[in-house]
Amino acid sequence: MSDTAARRDARRASLAVGLAVSAYGVSFGALAVTAGLDVWQTCVLSLVMFSGGSQFAVIGVLASGGTAAGPAAIAGATLLGLRNTLYAVRVSPIVGPGWVRRLAAGHLTIDESTAVATAQPTPEGQRLGFWMTGLIIYIGWNLTTLAGALLGDLLGDVSRFGLDAAAAAAFLGLVWPRLSALQPVVVAVAAAVVTVVAIPALPPGLPVLVAALVALIVGLPDLFGRRPGTEPLSPHDAALDEHGPPAPDAGEAHR
Amino acid sequence: MTLWQIILLASIAVLALKLVGFLVPPRVLETPTAARTANLTTVALLSALIVVQTVSAGQQLVLDARLPALVIAAGLLAVRAPFILVIVAAAAFAALLRMLGWAA
Repeated sequence: MSDTAARRDARRASLAVGLAVSAYGVSFGALAVTAGLDVWQTCVLSLVMFSGGSQFAVIGVLASGGTAAGPAAIAGATLLGLRNTLYAVRVSPIVGPGWVRRLAAGHLTIDESTAVATAQPTPEGQRLGFWMTGLIIYIGWNLTTLAGALLGDLLGDVSRFGLDAAAAAAFLGLVWPRLSALQPVVVAVAAAVVTVVAIPALPPGLPVLVAALVALIVGLPDLFGRRPGTEPLSPHDAALDEHGPPAPDAGEAHR
Repeated sequence: MTLWQIILLASIAVLALKLVGFLVPPRVLETPTAARTANLTTVALLSALIVVQTVSAGQQLVLDARLPALVIAAGLLAVRAPFILVIVAAAAFAALLRMLGWAA
């Protein structure tokens, strides 16, 4: 592929993914305000945390448990953020040297920037895809978060508009492309069952953390896994070709 | 713990995890076990969050408009509908059920 064609493809993928994800920030902003955050707190989450799954986890736990569930909210967001560390390892050679650049790249390392970057065939396309996707989403996501927060402030209870159901659907959209093999399906089902049992028994926030243990129980001994040595380095990549436009944390990009 | 403390601590932790990936030697994290467990942790957490978001109200299990909306979302995902459409359809369906008084 020629360099111009590679750049054009990277630009096109970045724009498509970036705009789709950004649009979705509205519902994050509105839900965060409904969960009890003020507009500033909502914006800080999008500016600093900048990882959709973790952000929704924080407001989800706070909505059901209030500040008493704070430690569980922090733990849930942090565990969900673990995969970004793996992404950073992947995109690190794409980004190149220089600590200012790497610091900025670190902030922009999310599902979508990683997905678009690693889907490009040339190094130039990869670099362009990473930065363009990351920057479009960073700007778009923060603007729409602010818009959603102001809107949520105005509208009050957004469950009238089904935004609580939208959050559940968003999580489903995030996990869907990952359910491409038996092992993740087993983990997803078991985690769901554990959560249902734990909701009445434990304070809000904790059921999610207990369910995360399922991943360790299945993952460490590799139960229900494929043959050894067939795991992709970043398992998420296996799902990238599977599914349509992503969420603020879903994979996939190039279409 | 105040709301601000929770938000700042969680934000810094998530940001720090991203930066760690640029600092550590790749070999530490690219072992199959680490990659697999991290991926499955994401799946388990998202699955748990779906359940919490769909059938809980505080510590109670409740069935309301959110569950049928989630079923609609799953159907759309199964036919590879665009993500944003899935979200909007789920919200619209829940809103419709509530407007009609068919679900809480």
